Amino acid sequence: MASSNGNDSSAQQTVTLRIKRQKAPGEAPYWETFKVPYERGMNVISALMKIRLNPETAEGRKTTPVTWDAGCLEEVCGACSMRINGIPRQSCTALIDNLEQPIVLEPFSKFPVIRDLMVDRTPMFESLKRVKAWVPVDGTYHLGPAEKISPEMQQIRYKYSECMTCGCCLEACPQYNGKSAFIGASVIGQSYLFNAHPTGKNLKGDRLDVMMGVGGVVDCGNAQNCVRVCPKGIPLTDAIAAIGGQVTIHAIRKMLHF
Amino acid sequence: MSKNIIVIGGGLAGLAATIKIAEAGFHVDLFSMVPVKRSHSVCAQGGINSAKDMKGEGDHPDLHTTDTLFGGEYLADQPLVQDMCYEGPKIIDLLDRMGVPFNRTPEGNLDFRRFGGTLFQRTAYAGATTGQQLMYALDEQVRRFEADGKVDKYEYWEFLSAIIDDDGICRGVTAMNLWDRTVQAFKGGAVCLATGGPGLIYGKSTNSVINTGAANSRVYQQGVNYANGEFIQVHPTSIPGADKLRLISESVRGEGGRVWVPKNPADKRHPTDIPDSERDYFLERKFPKYGNLVPRDVATREIFDICVNEERGVNGENQVYLDITPERSGQTAEALERKLGGVLEIYRKFQGADPLKEPMKIFPGVHYSMGGLWVSPVDDGGQIKQMTNIPGLFAAGEADFQYHGANRLGANSLLSCIFGGFLAAPRMCEWAASHSKEADQAIYDRELKRQNEINERVLGMTSGSENTFQIHKELGEWMTRYCTVVRRNEDLEKLAGKITEFEERWHKIDINDTAKPANQSFLWTRALWDMLQLAKAIVKGATLRNECRGAHYKPDFDLAMPEKDKMGIPTDTDVYREFVAALEAQNKTTYKPLPPKSGEEVAPEFIDYMTRWVEKEKTWNKSTLATYKEGDQPDISYLPTAMTVEPPKPRIYK
Ligand SMILES: Cc1cc2nc3c(=O)[nH]c(=O)nc-3n(C[C@H](O)[C@H](O)[C@H](O)COP(=O)(O)OP(=O)(O)OC[C@H]3O[C@@H](n4cnc5c(N)ncnc54)[C@H](O)[C@@H]3O)c2cc1C
Ligand code: SF4
Ligand code: SF4
Ligand code: FES
Repeated sequence: MASSNGNDSSAQQTVTLRIKRQKAPGEAPYWETFKVPYERGMNVISALMKIRLNPETAEGRKTTPVTWDAGCLEEVCGACSMRINGIPRQSCTALIDNLEQPIVLEPFSKFPVIRDLMVDRTPMFESLKRVKAWVPVDGTYHLGPAEKISPEMQQIRYKYSECMTCGCCLEACPQYNGKSAFIGASVIGQSYLFNAHPTGKNLKGDRLDVMMGVGGVVDCGNAQNCVRVCPKGIPLTDAIAAIGGQVTIHAIRKMLHF
Repeated sequence: MSKNIIVIGGGLAGLAATIKIAEAGFHVDLFSMVPVKRSHSVCAQGGINSAKDMKGEGDHPDLHTTDTLFGGEYLADQPLVQDMCYEGPKIIDLLDRMGVPFNRTPEGNLDFRRFGGTLFQRTAYAGATTGQQLMYALDEQVRRFEADGKVDKYEYWEFLSAIIDDDGICRGVTAMNLWDRTVQAFKGGAVCLATGGPGLIYGKSTNSVINTGAANSRVYQQGVNYANGEFIQVHPTSIPGADKLRLISESVRGEGGRVWVPKNPADKRHPTDIPDSERDYFLERKFPKYGNLVPRDVATREIFDICVNEERGVNGENQVYLDITPERSGQTAEALERKLGGVLEIYRKFQGADPLKEPMKIFPGVHYSMGGLWVSPVDDGGQIKQMTNIPGLFAAGEADFQYHGANRLGANSLLSCIFGGFLAAPRMCEWAASHSKEADQAIYDRELKRQNEINERVLGMTSGSENTFQIHKELGEWMTRYCTVVRRNEDLEKLAGKITEFEERWHKIDINDTAKPANQSFLWTRALWDMLQLAKAIVKGATLRNECRGAHYKPDFDLAMPEKDKMGIPTDTDVYREFVAALEAQNKTTYKPLPPKSGEEVAPEFIDYMTRWVEKEKTWNKSTLATYKEGDQPDISYLPTAMTVEPPKPRIYK
């Protein structure tokens, strides 16, 4: 059993992980159990790193090292998402001390598996294109300073701008399943972010067209799972509500042609 | 005509280059091992420098230049640094226009804070995730070009090699799809490597797991010179973890964070119970002027000295306190949260303690490479800025070498990445336009075949007894132990021998996995070989450089500056320059003038020190150039530094 803090000196302590594996896209998944030595302050990633130093199952059978996605190891790149004990989250901030053992690792279920814990999240980046999640600058040549922005607005935008496209919100969302049209909470958050920028809002109409359409904001069932799992604590439901409001006004405007 | 240009790497440098190239009407193939949005640049926390002088302090790009050159101990290319510092304010304006949520003053202006190695508030920041925010802004602009068909992204693709024609010109690249292991040759009118730094050579560092330096090593092995590799920055404040060293940004000290240890090393009280009178704020004590914001190499050596030499680390371990609690930093908890939230969160998440309630425990960690691929500093005589010695092959960002000299100042890297990318882009376009003759298909086929053969060879490594990750772990331990803060020639020689041993062990690796999709063991094994080659360049450069400069510190060659507070040692460092001039003029015996401002007598040991210093400067103010030699140690040669902006002076921060 995991200790509540890493201070006890049981050097012989081991960490048990059950990992859902898959050899290639489209193949059938299978499970393997691993035991690795415990180390103070360890996270799921360092446990995976220990497995690859000696790729052997708990039963002592030689196997291949586990494949997973990672980058920053400090929860800012969004790469290392997986289901840990059933919850979508980042594996770099998942400290062993805080996890029930055996620790169950699974790849996200709503994206195609490439191998083991690595999935293909391309659709998320494609959605960012659809809502034109950018500020339409004229060019990179010098045009002088930008508009002033109040500290309050900066703080609001900053929060949404921390979205690292990790996909936890989509994995947790009952409306999103990789086959439905629903675009998902993160992109709604990004639409809100750019609609709130003095120049970004020039594309507001285009964004709201997407949000109004099939798979747009109306498909959200308001289950609030997204906010609960977002590792960055982004107030996604606020954005959903705000974009919902913007869509209504946009729709009325369109109807009245002004 | 070839309108296609290849950019490898989608960190800040690569994205900056891509945007400019696409804007100029060329098409970009952009490659990255990870989705570009996840590139290592997202890790940057503290901010980006530019002398916009938004605080009424009289800051100026010239002062930024001076600080950067001085901070880098005069090894950076001076005219380029000056250009960069002059572009800084414009780059910030551009980023602001692109929507980066920079922190604001009450009036709505950009806010700036202090960073190391300067006395000005020169660093713009977006919370404490500035790198992430800048990355996203550039990523969004690139996505816009992508949506317009002007950029094609190859994400989860790894660069393997440059394709070089019979005239020695780079005509494209080979790259491998990491998901299915197919290797392809790509044609490009020009190629830019913006592949970041090699932190992983040190095992655990503050870098992302992709920062192996393998891409840089691959072109080094193809003939690009590797410059100043020995200059590796060890950041003073990181938290050691089982998988990496997590950075605690310099911005914490910029916002008032103070470094200390208990005066009594045996003091076991909780840090918040130790009153100021019983704390040794050793950086403030030793450097009254710059205090906690001395440059990184200086702070790192001091912390190292306290822990390792004086054995005064907290609880007898290699750690010191960094105190950003509201009581000690003089800022409210709310303000600290707004300005440093991202960093504070990292500490809370990984250490389970709140830095606003108790001091953090930190220790130096490998962070950044000042050295990198040699690129030309001038557009002259066939040379082109940011182009390597393989024509048509450019480099920018942490992958190149010329902006930070022997030690990088905090918040200057993000600037140099964007500046370098912007500088490379128009030159690459011009190069592509003027070298438009189609290259012979045979050169692509040849390189493709070579890469497939290497893959086959590595995939055949299934009968050995060595583990590729284990060798890497040991490499990291050895490099960290012998080639970081304190360097000694006998250790470096041992290390070089050890690396040869690692090379031998590499051949006995069992890769444990021959599957096609995302085979990380196979990929790592390829990269590990390349890391070993780069490690050799770093170590040989360090071995031969018998001096102390910036991050490269060899106690055996320390000039031992006379105690600063002693009588007769001038306090105005510009006076030192006068001495240099006088010494240069060979009249040190007759040179009489006293420091004009202070009016102090000059002590003989000062003259003595300056004489040795000038001698050292003459011998060592030059950049190391490593040239790869297969199966051997690299050849080392040296290049003089352009000193056209200001002459060097001894580096004193008191
Ligand atoms: C924790 C931390 C905090 C920092 N904070 C600051 C700060 O506050 N201010 C500051 O100025 N600097 C800071 N730095 C330094 C700065 O972040 C980096 O120097 C800078 O981001 C490097 O950017 P880059 O574009 O050169 O490379 P990177 O951002 O490292 O990007 C490299 C790119 O190359 C790709 N790549 C690499 N190899 C290959 C290959 N073989 N094939 C294909 N693609 C490849 C990667 O996928 C990636 O896209 C910090 C660094 C760290 C580690
Ligand atoms: S609130 Fe909407 S987006 Fe969020 S989880 Fe629920 S259905 Fe999904
Ligand atoms: S909104 Fe949160 S959970 Fe969703 S992708 Fe962004 S960071 Fe991840
Ligand atoms: S590795 Fe970047 S978020 Fe976990």
